[in-house]
Amino acid sequence: MTNSIREIPASAGYLIIGTNTTENHPVIGSMLKNEVINKGKKLIVADPRRIELARWADYYFPIAPGTNIALLNGLMHVIVKEGLYDRAFVEERCEGFGDLAKTLEKYTPEHVAGICGLANPQDIVGAARLMAGLKPMALYYAMGITQFVSGVNGVKSTANLQMLLGNLGVAGGGVNPLRGQSNVQGACDMGGLPNVFPAYQPVTVEENRAKFAAAWGSGALPDKPGLTLMEMFNQAIAGNIKALYVMGENPVLSDPDQHHVIEALEALDLFVVQDIFMTETARYADVVLPAYGFLEKAGTVTNTERRVQPMHRVLEPWGQSKDDWWIIMQIARRLGADWDYKDAEAIFEEIRRVTPSYAGMTYARLEEELLQWPCPTPEHPGTQFLHKGKFSRGQGLLTAIEFTPPAEGTDPDFPLILTTGRILEHFHTGTMSRNSRVLDELAPEAFVEMNRHDAQDHDIGDGEVVAVSSRRGSIRIKARVVDTIKPGVVFIPFHFAEAAANVLTIGAYDPVAKIPELKVCACAVEKVLPLTDTAGGLS
Amino acid sequence: MPKDAIGPIVQGQGISLTIDGQAVMGNKGQTILEAALAHDIDIPYLCYNPRISKTGACRICLVRVNETMFKTACTEPIAPDMRVVTEDPELTEIRKGILEMLLAEGDHNCLYCDANGACELQNLVMRYDAAMPSGDFPRRHRTIDEASSKGLKRNEDRCVLCGRCVKACAEVQLNNVWQFTGRGGNTHLTSDLDAKIGDSTCVNCGTCAQLCPTGAITLQPVLGRGANWDLKKESSICIYCGVGCKIDFFKNKGGQLVRALGHPDGPNQGHLCVKGRFGFDFIQKPARLSKPLIRENGAFKEATWDEALDFVAARLKEIKAQHGPDAVAALTSAKCTNEDNYLMQKFMRAMVGTNNVDHCARL
Ligand code: SF4
Ligand code: SF4
Ligand code: FES
Repeated sequence: MTNSIREIPASAGYLIIGTNTTENHPVIGSMLKNEVINKGKKLIVADPRRIELARWADYYFPIAPGTNIALLNGLMHVIVKEGLYDRAFVEERCEGFGDLAKTLEKYTPEHVAGICGLANPQDIVGAARLMAGLKPMALYYAMGITQFVSGVNGVKSTANLQMLLGNLGVAGGGVNPLRGQSNVQGACDMGGLPNVFPAYQPVTVEENRAKFAAAWGSGALPDKPGLTLMEMFNQAIAGNIKALYVMGENPVLSDPDQHHVIEALEALDLFVVQDIFMTETARYADVVLPAYGFLEKAGTVTNTERRVQPMHRVLEPWGQSKDDWWIIMQIARRLGADWDYKDAEAIFEEIRRVTPSYAGMTYARLEEELLQWPCPTPEHPGTQFLHKGKFSRGQGLLTAIEFTPPAEGTDPDFPLILTTGRILEHFHTGTMSRNSRVLDELAPEAFVEMNRHDAQDHDIGDGEVVAVSSRRGSIRIKARVVDTIKPGVVFIPFHFAEAAANVLTIGAYDPVAKIPELKVCACAVEKVLPLTDTAGGLS
Repeated sequence: MPKDAIGPIVQGQGISLTIDGQAVMGNKGQTILEAALAHDIDIPYLCYNPRISKTGACRICLVRVNETMFKTACTEPIAPDMRVVTEDPELTEIRKGILEMLLAEGDHNCLYCDANGACELQNLVMRYDAAMPSGDFPRRHRTIDEASSKGLKRNEDRCVLCGRCVKACAEVQLNNVWQFTGRGGNTHLTSDLDAKIGDSTCVNCGTCAQLCPTGAITLQPVLGRGANWDLKKESSICIYCGVGCKIDFFKNKGGQLVRALGHPDGPNQGHLCVKGRFGFDFIQKPARLSKPLIRENGAFKEATWDEALDFVAARLKEIKAQHGPDAVAALTSAKCTNEDNYLMQKFMRAMVGTNNVDHCARL
C-alpha cells in the first residue's frame, strides 16, 4: 500500500475494485464499513460478484471478469472529458497526460458498458463525477486486479486514475493493494523474487551484484534473472530444472493447472519440501523437512502497509521441527558456507546492512515503535505514506493503456466464465485453516457459486452436486445458487483439495509479471445425471 | 488500558484541571476518564471501552465534580479548572450499591464461568467488597445458548447490560448482530431479532466476546482449557492475510493454545476476523510433521536431521556439478519471516549460484 491502514478515516471515499475486502481482509473491510455506514463516506465498488461492501455502495459495477481496465479507462474518460482531473497535480507531478488522454477518447461510457457488460452507462458518468469530488479518495484492490494476463496493466490503470485525481502523496489517498498473505510483502522486500536482491535492487546491475558479493563474502553472483514460479514448472517438464527446494508453499493446490504442476514435480531429480504438514505438494517430495509453525518462531514480518512487526515465540517447538532459517543455514554450511547466525535477530542485522529501506530498524525499535519502510536511519520515524512531494522516479508516469480481453473466451462448449478466490473462513490452500477446527466446521466444503438464471438454464438446484469442467479438467462440486453473482460467471474458492479449482484454471500469464490468470477462464457446469438402469449400470 | 486512544496534548488546546488534588493537563473534547487514564489515575469503569463510543450506561465511573456534582467520568468532558474527586465514602457506597444490584439481577456464579479470573465485574466486586444482597430478588432468567454458534457462547444471566457487545458489533465489526430489546427491568439482548446466535448473521469475529466485561458472551473453546490465572500470553502476528493483525495468544500450563485476543497496538487496533480469532489450533495437530523424511523405494522413511541435510546437500552438489546452478530452483514463502526469506534467497544466489528463487506473491 502507498498509504496506511490508520489513514482510512482520513479518506472522503473509496474505490474498491477487485477485492472482496470483508472476506479476505476482514479487519480492513470492517474499518471501511465503519466509515461508510457510520460516517457517511462515499463508496464505489466494482466486482463481478455483488460482494458485501456493494450493499452500501453509491455505485456498484457488476463488471465481467477481466474488464477492470475498460472500466477504469471509462471513468478516466469522463474525468478528462469533463475537466474533473486535478490539473495542478497532473501538470506539476506527472508526465504522459497527452498520450493517456488520447487513448481514453474511445472509452466512452457506452463503449465501456458494452465491454464490461453493464446495463447503465450513465452510472460511469455519475461515479466519475462523484470520485472527482472526493478529496481524497483511496483506491483499494487485491488479486481481482492482478491475476489476469493484463495484471500489470491493471495495476498501472489504478495508478493512472489516482494520479489524475491527485490522490497520491496525501494522507487518506493512495493506490492500496491488499496483500493476501501475512508476509508476501516481506518476501518480496527480502528479494524472494528472481530478478531482484533485497529492496528491489536488480540482479542485472553490476554494481548491485558487486555490493552483495562483498556483503556476503561470496564469489561473483549470477547476473541472469532467474525463473518465475510458473516458468520453473515449465522448465522442469522440459528437463532443464532438475532440483526444486520448496519452503512453506503448496503449489499443487495454489497454482493454475494442477495436472501440469504435478507433471513437473514428478519430472524432478530432487524435490525437497520444508513445511509443517504433509501437504498435497509434499507427497511428491524426495525429502521432507519439518519446520516450525508460526507460533514457534521469532522473527519479523511486513504487512500490506509496509509495517514491520515482531513475531514472538509463543509455543515450544513441535517434535524435532526446526526454524526455517536454521535448516537453510545447515544446508548452506554443507555446501561450504561459514554462516553462523545464532538467532533471527542476527540475520535481521545483516538484512539492515544490505536493505536500505530497512536500515534504520532494529529489533529494539520494532518492540517500541510503529515502523513502516522506508526507514533508512536509526533516527528515521518510518514512512506513513509514499510519494509525498515527489515520486521515487521523479515525475509520475501516466501510461496509456488499452483494454485487452482475457486469454480464454467462452464458446458453446465452455459457455461460462470461471473466477476463483477465497472465502472468509479459509485461507489459500487450506493447509492451516482447514486444519483449524472452528474454521473447518464453519465452512467444511467446496462449492461453485452460480447465478439463479444460469442454474435454471441448466436445471441445477441449490446444493446439488454438479460437474464443472474446463479445457484442462473437471471436478465435482456442490452448487450454491445465488442472485449476487453476475449471470454467466461462476465462482469457486480454491481452498479445497477434493474439489480443486486449480484443476480448471488456465496457465496463461501476464507477460511482464508472470501472474497467472486465475481470475478468468472458460468453463461449463453440468448436471450430474444419476446412473439409472437404462443407462446400463456399472456392469 | 491502551493509552494510544488518547493523543498527545494538542498545542494551544490544553485544559488544566485537578484530579484528586493532582494537576492534570488534558485535551479539549477529552472526558474526565480519558484524562485520568492518560495520567495513570484509576477510575473504575464497566461500560466504557476505548474502541467504542460512550454510553454512560453503568454509572460505575461516577466522580465528584467541583465538590457538589456527580458526573459519569466516561462521558463528562473536562473543563478548565475543574476539580475532580475519584473516590470518597459516598462514591464508594454508590459504586457498591450499583454492583450489588448487578449481582442480584443475574446469576454470577464464578465457579463455572469462563470469565472467572478475567472478569471486570468480578474485579470491581472484589475491590468494593460488594456482596449478593440478602432478601428475595426476582431473578430474571434470560437466554442461555452455549451451543448454537461455533464461535460464541452466550449466557445472558451474566449480562450487565453495559452495551459493549452491541457497540462492538455496530462500530468495530460493523455487523449489527446484537441489539437491546425490552424496557426497564426487562431489557435484554437479542441477536438479529431473536434468532439464535448460531443462526444469526454473526461472522464469528469474536469482538463482542473480547469486549464483554463479564462471562455473558465468551469464545467457544478451540483446543486447550485452563483457569484464566494459569494462562500465559505472548503476542505474535496473524499468519493469514496481509493486514498483519497483532494477536495475544494464550496457552495453558500444558502448553496448549487456549485463545487469541486482538492486541490494541497492532494495525488491527484490537480487532480480529474469524481466521485470526479461531484459526490457530492447526499448529498443535497430531498430523504436524515432527521428523525429517526421506523417500526410499517410493515410501517415506524417518531420518535424522544429519541424514536428511547430508542427503539434500549431496544431491544439490551433484545436480549443480552435472547440470549447472541454473538447474536448481527454490520457492521461498510468503508465510515465513523476513529472516527466513532473506536467507533462502541468499542461499540460492550465493551458495547455489542462481537467481531461480520465487514465491507465490502472484497467487
Ligand atoms: S462475533 Fe463479531 S459478528 Fe458475531 S456478534 Fe460478535 S461482534 Fe458481531
Ligand atoms: S485476523 Fe483476519 S484480518 Fe487480521 S491478519 Fe488475520 S486473517 Fe487478516
Ligand atoms: S463506565 Fe462510565 S457509565 Fe459505564
